[in-house]
Amino acid sequence: MAEGSIATASPGAPPATDEATFFGFTRPQAAAFLALVVIVLASPFVVYPFFLMKLLCFALFACAFNLLIGYVGLLSFGHAAYFGMGAYVSGYAAKAWGVTPEVAILLGAATGALLGIPFGWLAIRRTGIYFAMITLALAQMVYFFCVQAPFTGGEDGIQAIPRGHLFGIFDLSSDFAMYWVVAGVFLGGFLLIHRVVHSPFGQVLKAIRDNEPRAISLGYRTDDYKLMAFVLSAGLAGLAGAVKALAMRIATLTDVLWTMSGEVVLMSLVGGLGTIFGPVAGAAAIVTMQTYLAEFGAWVLVIQGVIFIAAVLAFRRGIVGEIGNLLRVKL
Amino acid sequence: MEDLLFEIQLALPQVILGVINGAFYALLSLGLAVIFGMLNVINFAHGAQFTLGAFVAWMLLSWLGIGYWPALILAPLIVGAIGVAMERAMISRLYRIDHLYGLLLTFGCALVIEGVLRNNFGSSGQRYAPPREFGALDLELGDFFLPGYRVWVLIAATTVCLATWLVIEKTKVGSYLRAATERPQLVQAFGINVPLMMTLTYGAGVALAAFAGVLAAPIYSVSPAMGANFIITVFAVVVIGGMGSIAGSIVTGFMLGLIQGITEVFWPEASQTVVFVIMAIVLLTRPAGLFGRA
Amino acid sequence: MSLDRRSVIKGALGAATLPALGGLPYRSARAQAANTIRIGVLNDQSGLYRDISGPGSTHAVQMAVRESGITQRGINVEVVQADHQNRPDVGSTVARQWYDQNGIDVIVDVPTSSVALAVSTITREKNKLFINSGAATSDLTGPACSPNTIHWTYDTYMLGKGTGGAMVAAGGRTWFFITADYAFGHALERDTTAFVNAAGGRVLGGVRTPFPGTTDFSSFLQQAQRSRANVIGLANAGGDTINSIKQAAEFRITRGGTKLAGLLVFVTDVHSLGLEVAQGLVVTESFYWDLNDRTRAFTQRLGQMPGNLRPSMVQAGCYSGVLHYLKAVAEMGVAAAKASGAEAATRMKAMPTSDDAFGEGTIRADGRKIHPAYLFEVKTPAESRGAWDYYKLISTIPANEAFRPLTEAACPLVRS
Repeated sequence: MAEGSIATASPGAPPATDEATFFGFTRPQAAAFLALVVIVLASPFVVYPFFLMKLLCFALFACAFNLLIGYVGLLSFGHAAYFGMGAYVSGYAAKAWGVTPEVAILLGAATGALLGIPFGWLAIRRTGIYFAMITLALAQMVYFFCVQAPFTGGEDGIQAIPRGHLFGIFDLSSDFAMYWVVAGVFLGGFLLIHRVVHSPFGQVLKAIRDNEPRAISLGYRTDDYKLMAFVLSAGLAGLAGAVKALAMRIATLTDVLWTMSGEVVLMSLVGGLGTIFGPVAGAAAIVTMQTYLAEFGAWVLVIQGVIFIAAVLAFRRGIVGEIGNLLRVKL
Repeated sequence: MEDLLFEIQLALPQVILGVINGAFYALLSLGLAVIFGMLNVINFAHGAQFTLGAFVAWMLLSWLGIGYWPALILAPLIVGAIGVAMERAMISRLYRIDHLYGLLLTFGCALVIEGVLRNNFGSSGQRYAPPREFGALDLELGDFFLPGYRVWVLIAATTVCLATWLVIEKTKVGSYLRAATERPQLVQAFGINVPLMMTLTYGAGVALAAFAGVLAAPIYSVSPAMGANFIITVFAVVVIGGMGSIAGSIVTGFMLGLIQGITEVFWPEASQTVVFVIMAIVLLTRPAGLFGRA
Repeated sequence: MSLDRRSVIKGALGAATLPALGGLPYRSARAQAANTIRIGVLNDQSGLYRDISGPGSTHAVQMAVRESGITQRGINVEVVQADHQNRPDVGSTVARQWYDQNGIDVIVDVPTSSVALAVSTITREKNKLFINSGAATSDLTGPACSPNTIHWTYDTYMLGKGTGGAMVAAGGRTWFFITADYAFGHALERDTTAFVNAAGGRVLGGVRTPFPGTTDFSSFLQQAQRSRANVIGLANAGGDTINSIKQAAEFRITRGGTKLAGLLVFVTDVHSLGLEVAQGLVVTESFYWDLNDRTRAFTQRLGQMPGNLRPSMVQAGCYSGVLHYLKAVAEMGVAAAKASGAEAATRMKAMPTSDDAFGEGTIRADGRKIHPAYLFEVKTPAESRGAWDYYKLISTIPANEAFRPLTEAACPLVRS
C-alpha cells in the first residue's frame, strides 16, 4: 500500500533489541499491558464503576474495529451494525429467554460474527473508499431492520435487561460485581486480538495489507483471509455490544445508528490507528469527553467534529502513536 | 388487463414524482463524482453542504430580505467559497496520504456544520415559502395535482446536470480537468495550475450540493438533519453507478429516484431499502458499479 | 437567552459529572444537606423536542418552585438540567449519576419514550421519583408502570382518543393513515383506528412510510387523497410530521375538504410551520396557553420564555407536576420525601391536584394524571388575531374519558 497509508500511520519502528518477550508482547508493550491491567483492577475502587463499564465496552469495540483497519487496512464505516445487533441479541436472550449472562454474551458475539459473514463477503470485493461506503450502506440496512423488527422494541429498545447470575451462581445486579465481568471480557478480548495479530494468520493479514498482489502471487487466497478477519472483527464488536447491553441494561437504536460507527472510527483515530493500545486510549478519551459534555447537547457534535479534523490534520499517529514515537517504542 | 391499465394510471404521477426526487440524487451524486474524479476524496460533508445551501438561502431571505432567485445563485457561490476555503486550509494537505483520511476529515467537517446549525437554529426546522410565481407552472392532470415548483425543480436540476456534463466532456477546461485526473504531473508540466484546478473543482462540487439545497428548501423543512437523511442513500447511489463517469452518476441518480417512486406505490415499506438491495445486487454482479471502470 | 442557558448548564455540569471523573470517591458525594430537595430536569436541549421541552421546562419548574412557597417553610430546592440528546444510553447514564452521586430526588420531563422508559426503570431501582411530562408512550402507566413514576401531561391513548374519537363525532367519518413504519407509528395508528371504529367511523386504508429517512411524502399524500377519505391521519412524529404537513399544503391535498389530523403535533410545531401551511390541521392537546383565564394567567406569570416561545403542554406539565410534588413534600416532610420516592408518589396520589395550567385533577393508582383533553383546529391566517393565536376549540374530552380506564390498563400495580 502507498506511503502514508492509513493503516501504517504510526510506524514507530521497533528497535531490534525489542524481541517478543512474552505472549507476543515486546518489552515496552508488556510494561504497558501490565499498567493497563493494574488500572483496570484498581479503578473501580476510585471511579464510578458504571462509567468504567461503559468505557471498557467501547474500548473493546474500538479494538475490534482496529483489528480491521490496523492490520488489514480496511476502514469499516458500519461497525455499529455488529455492535448493535450483539447488544440486541444478548439483551433479548437475557430478558425474554432468561438465559444466564455468559450465554447471552456468547449469543451476542455469535450474532456479530454471523452477520459479518454475508456483509464481509460483499464488502471485501472492494477496498479503500468503496469498502467504507459499502459497509456504511449495509449497516444502514441493519438499522432499518432494527427499527422495524419486533424483538428490538423499535425506538423504545430493549429496556431493563436483567444481568442475572453468572454461571447461575454469582449475582451481578450490583455495578461493582458486573464490573469484574466487563473487565474480564475486555482483557480477554484484548489478549485474543493481540494473539491473532501475532499469529501466522496475522502475518498473512499484514502481508495482504502491505501488498495484496504479492500475497496472491505467493499463493494465499487473500479474500479468505480478509473475510476471516472481517468476521472476527464483527464477532468481537458483537461481543462488546453484548456486554454493553448487560452492563448498561439497555439496547437501543443508538447502538446501531451510523453515528456509532463514526464514533468508533474517531476513538481508534484519536488513540492511534494500528497500535495495540491506541483504541483503548482513544475510547477512554472520547467516552470521558462525552460524559463531561453530555450537558452541552449539540456542542458535543461540534467538538467531536473538531477532534476528527485535528486528529487527521495534526496528529495522525494518535495519542498512543505519538507517545510511542516519543519513546521510540511500538505500543 | 383493465386492472393493469388502472395500475399504470395510478403509477404515472408516482413516476413523475420519483424522477423529481431523483433529480436531487443526481445533483448530489454528480457533485460527489466531480470531486472524487479530481481529488480522489469522498466528500462526506456533501450532505452537510447541501443543508448549508438551504440554510444560506433561508438566512438571505429572513435576515437580508433577499429572495429565492438571487439566493439560487448566491447560496451556491457562498457555500462554494466556504468549500474553497476548506480545500485550501485542510483537504489539500491530505492529497499525498491515504485517501481515507480525506473521508475522515470531511466526516469531521460534516459533524461541525451540523452541530453549529443545530446550536443556532434548533432542529425543528425553519420554513421557506416557495415563490408565488411558480403557480403558473401548476399542472392538473385529472386527480393528480403537480405543484409548479416541483416542475421547476426537474427543469433546473436537469439543466444544471447537463451543463456540468457539457463543461466537463466538451470544453477545453473540461479536457484539462479530465487530463489532470488521469496524469496530474504531466498536466502540471504543461504549465497548468493543477492545485488551483483541484481547489476550484472542490468548490464547484460543493456549489452543486448547495444548489440542490436551495432547490430543496421550499419543499422540505430547512433543518440541520436534512442532508444527513440524503447522504447515505446518495452514497449507495454512487456505489451503484460507480464513480467512473459523470454521465453515469447523473443517470443513476434519476434512475434510482424513479425506482423509489414506483416502489412507493407497490410496496411503500421497502421504498427506502430498495436502494440498498440494488446496491448489493450490483456489487455481486458488477463490483465496479454500472458505469464504473474496475 | 443563550448566555442564560449556558450558565444554568454549567451549574448542572459541574454537579453532575465532576465527581465521577475527578477521581473522588464516588460514595462520599452522597453526604448532603438533608433539608434540600434536588430536582433534575432531563430533556432534549438540542434536538427535535427542544422547543416543546428544553430550557422552557426548566423555566416552568423554577416558577413552580417559587409559587409552591416551599422555601418559606425553610426547605431548599435546587434545580439542575441536562440534555439527554434523545438517546436512551445518554439519558440513563445521566439519571444513574444524578441518583447515585448528586443526590437528585426527582427527575422531571424526559420527552422521547425510549429514554422515559429507561429513566423509569432506574428510578424504581433507586426508589426515587420520576414525573414524566414529555413522553408519549402509554406503556409508562401500562405494562411498564412503576410505583415511582407519574405520567403527567398526555399519552398516546389520549391523543388517539381525542383525535380519533372526537374527530369522528365532529364529522370526520372516513380515515386514511400515513404511518411511520415503526412501533410507535403502528401503535398510534392502531389506537386511533380503534377509536375511529368505536365512534362509528371507518378506516379506508393506509400507507406505511419507511422510517427514518423518508423526506418526500408527496407520493403517500396522493395515495391518501385518492382514497377520498375525510381525514388523513398522520401517525408519525417530529420531522416526518412537519414534512407531511408542509407537502400536503404544497400539493393542495386539503382543498377538497379533506382534513389533516396530526396525532403528535404540538403548538410549537404549528408555530414553526406557520398558519399558512398548518391551517385546518386538527390536533389534541391537554393544555393551550389561550384556553381560559387560568391558562392565560399562568402564561402571563411565566413571563419571557426561552426562545420567545409560548408554553407547550409539556412545559405546563412540568410546572404542574413539580408544584404538586412540592405540596406533597410540604405535607410529609423533606426527610420522608427523600427517603422513598414511592412514598412521595403515594402521597401525591392521595391528594387532588389543582393549578392554573390543568385546573383540578387527580392521580390514579397506576401513576396516570387525569385531566381533560381538547381537540383543536388550527386557525386560518385570517382568523388569527395576533401572535400565537393558533387554535380554536372543537371539542372537550372530559377527564374521565380522556385516558385509558384502569380496568383496561395492563399495569401490574393495579391488578395485584
